[in-house]
Amino acid sequence: MGRTLPQDHPNAKGKSMAQHDDGVTTPDAHAAGSTTGTEVVLSNDAGTGVVPTDGLVNPGFPPHNPRQTDLDPRKAKNAERQVAFLFFLSIVGSVFALTAYMVFPIVPGDFSSIRTNNLFLGIGITLGLLGVGLGAVHWAKQLMREDESVEYRHGTRGTEATRAKAAEVFVLGNEESGIGRRTLIRNSLIGALVLTPVPAVALFRGLAPDTDPTYLLDHTMWRKGMRLTHDPTGIPIKASDVTLGSAFHVIPEGLEQRSDALEQKAKAAVLLMRLQPQDLHVTKGRETWNYNGIIAYSKICTHVGCPVALYEQDTHHLLCPCHQSQFDMTHEARVIFGPARRPLPQLPITVDSEGYLVARSDFHEPVGPDFWERHVS
Amino acid sequence: MRKSTANAPEQKAATVRRRKAGRRSPLASIALILIGLVATGGAYALFTSSATASTSTSDTKLITEGNKLFQANCATCHGMNLEGTKQAPTLLGVGAASVQFQVSTGRMPAAASGPQEEEKPSQFTDAQVMALAEFVASKAPGPGIPAKQYLGGNGNAAKGAQLFRTNCAMCHNVAGAGGALTEGKFAPSLSNVSALHIYEAMETGPQNMPVFNDKNITPAQKANIITYLKYLDKNPSPGGLDLGNLGPVSEGLFVWIFGLGSVVGVTIWLTAKAN
Repeated sequence: MGRTLPQDHPNAKGKSMAQHDDGVTTPDAHAAGSTTGTEVVLSNDAGTGVVPTDGLVNPGFPPHNPRQTDLDPRKAKNAERQVAFLFFLSIVGSVFALTAYMVFPIVPGDFSSIRTNNLFLGIGITLGLLGVGLGAVHWAKQLMREDESVEYRHGTRGTEATRAKAAEVFVLGNEESGIGRRTLIRNSLIGALVLTPVPAVALFRGLAPDTDPTYLLDHTMWRKGMRLTHDPTGIPIKASDVTLGSAFHVIPEGLEQRSDALEQKAKAAVLLMRLQPQDLHVTKGRETWNYNGIIAYSKICTHVGCPVALYEQDTHHLLCPCHQSQFDMTHEARVIFGPARRPLPQLPITVDSEGYLVARSDFHEPVGPDFWERHVS
Repeated sequence: MRKSTANAPEQKAATVRRRKAGRRSPLASIALILIGLVATGGAYALFTSSATASTSTSDTKLITEGNKLFQANCATCHGMNLEGTKQAPTLLGVGAASVQFQVSTGRMPAAASGPQEEEKPSQFTDAQVMALAEFVASKAPGPGIPAKQYLGGNGNAAKGAQLFRTNCAMCHNVAGAGGALTEGKFAPSLSNVSALHIYEAMETGPQNMPVFNDKNITPAQKANIITYLKYLDKNPSPGGLDLGNLGPVSEGLFVWIFGLGSVVGVTIWLTAKAN
């Protein structure tokens, strides 16, 4: 240890700050509080000193330049007025906000009244808060004492006496309660404490779906013979309703009656389009999936699950608004642009005896984005 | 582009509306189409058609004038008999609604070939537009001019908003501010578009917009959507400055420049030494 620290920092008085610095000459100062190194405990040691290796000399503080307000009492008075003005502005703002709240009430059904109310209330509260803040900063910068000073951190380790006293408290507590001696009490207490969080675990598990999540992600509510209905009215759609160039937003029949309608809709939403049958390029095995050029595809993007519904009836492209994936509906929704990796799943459809469009089955692959357990058979 | 031939009832209704307006062709072919449509139509169609059986000469004149305008302005691309060419689709069956929408919004005649025909000042007077529409409609049936009762903006705005969110908002933005499509195409803003044009666009599906026929969105539902859009026109954004309603892009840019800018400014002021 090559250094002793002053017990009383002269710079705390504010006039000799350039003489002091924070530990440049104390290479061992960080030892305090750790088990290594010297036994010397410094009352003012920060425990965070960095050992300098390049021998750089601390240049100390730059010379102190007094402010205009320190030199000229008139300017100080001016600054004082400015601070007071800012605080006064804050008062005005707060009163204004209170008045505006009463003068411009929110009228139910009138959205412009919300705007007026928000605007004036916002201006008032902004002035109220900003006035205090700006005033305080201006005060501190212009008028409060501003000379540089050093405050040393103190060590975190207590004195030996404090440490001994703390240890004694524990020993005494053990003796008085008998927790170390009465093992039956101790062990039953530990058992009780271990079990208290168990109901919470069960409760939180209960928030998860009952069914296996993989099954839920693999399947939607579409079934053989289920009618395609309008979103949101739930009215079934006839094949003859779907004229060329049309795009219908479709939900499964009976969706709205289900208690989990939103969860189901998130998977089962379908976009129905009609193209010229000769425009469709149908792969083998999917010949029966469209009905006279009427095609139904999942509306859930295979990238991250946004609803893909920006259908261009002339180019037959379907655009996802989130990340600009594009699907070519004439080629079974193959990806022609963007980050999606897989085509949108097609819903096989046909018509029932009354001419309504119905699903032939569920989707043949999971809809939406990838998930860990996803597999295609 | 309009290729529909499957929605006979609307076409009938459209024909009826045309007649109601006091125009009916004495030409044999036209009359034959009308009679055929009326014969297959419902009682309503028969009833209303019997009420307006006058003024046939003005209709002929209108169609003749429409024919002249068509041959002079449209036939180069769409063909002398509306059959279409390599440059432009056939106009058979597009209906009066499509012609009125395309011509009175200035999208047609096209100024130049591009990703999309954009709105510009109309090249024709309303009377000329009507003549063109009548002429095209006289060649083959298609969606007619919508009835006034659906254009008043007096439907249910809440239901219209729900339909708009489901069917329109993905392209036109939930506030009707429009949005980008692929390869330079875009869905135009719907603010301050006339009710007539909104209705006709839904009915006919101009350019890349899908068709929303009367079975998909019924006339009453279309009226609700129009009501919602008119409501948006009249009511300013309750949140104040809407920054074009373009969502995270314009809002993010605003916060990036002005929000972060002021944070930087205040930080500099806070840490600067007083003079």
